[in-house]
Amino acid sequence: MLLASLTAQASPLSAQQVKDLQALVSQLNPIQQAWVSGYLAAAAQFAGQQAGTVAATQVAEASTLTILYASQTGNAKAVANKIKAAAESKGFAVALADIASYKTTALVKEKFLIIVASTYGEGEPPESAVSFHKFLFGKKAPQLPQLQYAVLGLGDSSYEYFCQTAVDFDTKLATLGAKRLHQTALLDVDYDAQASEWQQQALTQFEPLLKAANSAPSAQVIAWPGATDGHHSLYNKQNPLLAELSANQKITGRDSTKDVRHIEISLADSGLTYQPGDALGVYFHNDPALVTAILAATGIAADSKVQFDGAEHTVQQLLTEQLELTQSYPSFVEKYAAATANAALQQLAADKTALREFLAQHQTADVVLQYPGSLSAQQLVDSLRKQQPRLYSIASSQAEVGEEVHLTVGVVRFDNFGQTHLGGASGFLAERLAEGQQVKVFVEHNDNFRLPNHDTPVIMIGPGTGIAPFRAFLQERDNAGATGQNWLFFGNPHFTQDFLYQVELQDYLKRGVLSKLDVAFSRDQAQKVYVQDKLLNKGAEVWSWLEQGAHIYICGDGSKMAKDVHQALLQIAQTHGGLSDEAASDYFEQLRESKRYQKDVY
Amino acid sequence: MTTPQQPTQLPTQHSINPELQVQGALSDNERLKADSHHLRGTITTDLKDEITGGFTGDNFLLVRFHGMYQQDDRDIRAERAEQKLEPLHNVMLRARMPGGIITPTQWLAIDKFATEKTMYGSIRLTTRQTFQFHGVFKPNIKPMHQMLNSIGIDSIATAGDVNRNVLCTSNPVESVLHQQAYQWAVKISEHLLPKTRAYAEIWLDEEKVETTETEPVLGDTYLPRKFKTTVVIPPHNDIDVHANDLNFVAIAENGQLIGFNVLVGGGLAMTHGDKGTYPRRAEDFGFIGLEHVLKVAEHVVTVQRDYGDRVNRKNAKTKYTIDRIGVDTFKQEVEARVGVKFQPSRPYEFTHRGDRFGWVEGIDGKHHLTLFIENGRLLNYPGKPLKTGVSEIAKIHQGDFRMTANQNLIIAGVAAADKAQIEAIARAHGLIEDSVTEQRKNSMACVSLPTCPLAMAEAERYLPTLVTHVEGILAKHGVADDHIILRVVGCPNGCGRAMLAEAGLVGRGPGKYNLYLGGNTAGTRIPKLYLDNVAEAEILAALDGLIGRWSVERQSGECFGDFVIRVGVVAEVKVSKTDFHA
Repeated sequence: MLLASLTAQASPLSAQQVKDLQALVSQLNPIQQAWVSGYLAAAAQFAGQQAGTVAATQVAEASTLTILYASQTGNAKAVANKIKAAAESKGFAVALADIASYKTTALVKEKFLIIVASTYGEGEPPESAVSFHKFLFGKKAPQLPQLQYAVLGLGDSSYEYFCQTAVDFDTKLATLGAKRLHQTALLDVDYDAQASEWQQQALTQFEPLLKAANSAPSAQVIAWPGATDGHHSLYNKQNPLLAELSANQKITGRDSTKDVRHIEISLADSGLTYQPGDALGVYFHNDPALVTAILAATGIAADSKVQFDGAEHTVQQLLTEQLELTQSYPSFVEKYAAATANAALQQLAADKTALREFLAQHQTADVVLQYPGSLSAQQLVDSLRKQQPRLYSIASSQAEVGEEVHLTVGVVRFDNFGQTHLGGASGFLAERLAEGQQVKVFVEHNDNFRLPNHDTPVIMIGPGTGIAPFRAFLQERDNAGATGQNWLFFGNPHFTQDFLYQVELQDYLKRGVLSKLDVAFSRDQAQKVYVQDKLLNKGAEVWSWLEQGAHIYICGDGSKMAKDVHQALLQIAQTHGGLSDEAASDYFEQLRESKRYQKDVY
Repeated sequence: MTTPQQPTQLPTQHSINPELQVQGALSDNERLKADSHHLRGTITTDLKDEITGGFTGDNFLLVRFHGMYQQDDRDIRAERAEQKLEPLHNVMLRARMPGGIITPTQWLAIDKFATEKTMYGSIRLTTRQTFQFHGVFKPNIKPMHQMLNSIGIDSIATAGDVNRNVLCTSNPVESVLHQQAYQWAVKISEHLLPKTRAYAEIWLDEEKVETTETEPVLGDTYLPRKFKTTVVIPPHNDIDVHANDLNFVAIAENGQLIGFNVLVGGGLAMTHGDKGTYPRRAEDFGFIGLEHVLKVAEHVVTVQRDYGDRVNRKNAKTKYTIDRIGVDTFKQEVEARVGVKFQPSRPYEFTHRGDRFGWVEGIDGKHHLTLFIENGRLLNYPGKPLKTGVSEIAKIHQGDFRMTANQNLIIAGVAAADKAQIEAIARAHGLIEDSVTEQRKNSMACVSLPTCPLAMAEAERYLPTLVTHVEGILAKHGVADDHIILRVVGCPNGCGRAMLAEAGLVGRGPGKYNLYLGGNTAGTRIPKLYLDNVAEAEILAALDGLIGRWSVERQSGECFGDFVIRVGVVAEVKVSKTDFHA
């Protein structure tokens, strides 16, 4: 890759790092450059091994012609297949895909692309192409100066917006800086002959370029480790990054009892990096309506000035941005009861057991709203605890998503005392923060939840939102071309509504990235089935994987699930490994010590 | 339980004239059928796959031969894609019910299943004179077949490239003749069924029998395309003979069935923009006696099996085979294979197609109540618990039910003493509404959105509104008690038989239709394109103008379809191949 064309988007480097690297390399002669490249490769490999990981290495693939089809009735697919056959007969390497399953993040790496697109109804893209179309026309669409393309449209000229989807793709790709290699053809229902003609002409245009690209020496490229050591990042818990929310998508079905959001946050130009297994810390604003209600219940004026952390604020701003109003805790009840001289609350605060039960049912704000009283703004602020950022297991790998970070957020929402209650951070991310608005985040590194080297098998147990880090693992291993087998156990209430990332997991399974996927949908049958039941069903195979050196990971609910899974594992070691009760415990203790048994539970 | 092995039956051998076959690379569906091990595929493996609610690869199409279509809720397809969830895959099941007769006991069982185990909770009566379940998720598919089997119903060959559910005129009045004709519908259905044990093995867990299976009638790669058969009792043409590949027109003497005129090669499906496809009427081959019925049925099928186009599926139906090899050649080939000549046709006349609503008394003294079911959709609507109403009737009814090809329901064989009670239940549940107009009773739509994967435009969900508009137009021109046969379909594949309507709307895209005019009341004429790809406003404006003219210019008794042809609004389609796209 030419350094001149190296961008932050196309590499794991931040924009600043790219600049620094370019500055350094510009001073080196070719021999020096070669030496540095070898030195860094070796150093990276060494560092990776030290950290228990090996730097991702990849042989640069021969330049490929990617053919995407956006088909409604199968015509575009058939035409795309013909183009593929013709291209292959010319000796090109061809990747053919349904546009529905194409990873839009790969677009920045494509060099040669043909799209065959049909149009649906009044100029809309076919359902399979809606996401791709949205991506191209969305604000996350990247510049595509590396791309050379041709588009073939299929349609019905009796419709007003004839071949509109093809026109859209063509004009948008050009706008994004891609080069149109052959004129777009818009073909009517009797497209056969013209499609063949277009195919022949288009492939003639691609031929010399593909040949030239593939005749270049295919140097072994050392990919950079998945992330730089972010401990030195400019941003941390004390100094979070103000990052933009770029996507907030509900990923449970409309009839689900759960509201789970896929959240994407942009890290563009921040230099903030992370590794699979890390968590993202998120600061949030409390619900303004809740703040207003608390102020009303305590008779405090919104603009009352208060002191906090050595600075003056209005009470309203402080309650909204810096104090804890949702997660409840004993000290608030004690201080608030004293400040308002509320006898009932004081009595409750004195009985630790009763208080704990009470707190399990009440958010901090509920206490104020149910026991309104008079106190000063400063007393209220002094009673409250400083907001703690919430940590979410990161659901993405930078090898896949570049300068983005993805989360899988279960929205805490319940009705109590006639009011709908939302979790502080989950409510903020899901309901109050609009796409394009900013959120304070930082990366919380977790070296106790790391992938092993690329050829080691892994067993991942992640029901519910516990799937998040495993999405990151799979992205990482997919992009690294890791050879180790991957086995995922997932569970949730209902197959049709709660199969988080179903389409992505199906694709991983189809492509062999996931070797095995076992699912437990607890409420789809009379007898509830959980991930631990699925583990036990597959006990012999689980044991065999462990004996072959597999690493095992658990993510999700720590109060019950992780314990039940641990019991299931002990049982498997006894049943299939012939271990005694005690030996089974020791076995997993040893796995834990050797970092082969890791948990990320909450 | 093991069924004793059938003696191996070899396929009937006929010398085949390659000049009458279409040469070229076979369509992929032919490979799929050949590779399917007689329709088994890997369906059982897919049933165990917990990662998708759908079927994979060839199985997606193979389940059709078992009477199911994989569908999804299209209303939320895009929403689920955004949610990173696969489409809400489910299956629609179409039962095999020759002649559409179902007992109260069977009805109560299907009612229970529809309520408890389907997404939509409905029973859908269809133009194939049977019922459909819509929205059955994978874990419920096998239990569904086992439930049906326990009440003597199956869904073998109600879809796919086979002979589908055999229709029979719903005429309970002439009970003797109907009973005889109905028995033939059952026998023909059984005779033309696939012989593979795939259905029993896959859905009923019957033991796999090591056997060299053959398909003596359908052939190991089954038929080139779907094939539809009817038994019709003139003067009723409720089953619409010209929509079907093979029709047996009952000829009676002194109220006893003596034989059939055989009509071959009807069919309504076409492809927008492909002028090589068209709806076509059936050809009259002549009369045969009862002793030849099964052999004639078999060999119309085998001639189509051997000479139907297996290269281009869009030209694979019997109607195109007839147009390609010629009526005479086709007929002679059938005669040679059966070993009998068709006699000259016996005279008969079709006069109407609609159902006769309300009570009628049969010659056997039993009473029959025909209920109008809008769109054939039995569901509990607010204030109109139709589905509960039928099940309440089923609990006390001593006769049977007849599903009609117009998607209505007959409570058949009611003793005089029970009439009042049954009518009271029907009225209490909204199954009889005296205010329903003739226009509404003569209007029909296919299922279409949100479940049918082929639908391009709304049909069932749009029909009630459209009919209200047309009722308004009729009233405006002072002909509120008249009607035109009005049919709406979501795509050009023919389920709702719009191509035999006086006014037929065929879906093009969301909110857009082609308007065809000029069918007749008897269902013996194909309509012709009048407006291309237009929205409701244009359709209503056109109908307003034409119905206005019809109301003043029509001759005595002249139906709307005859009128628009006489005055030259559209040209008559006489020979589809040349006239339909002209």
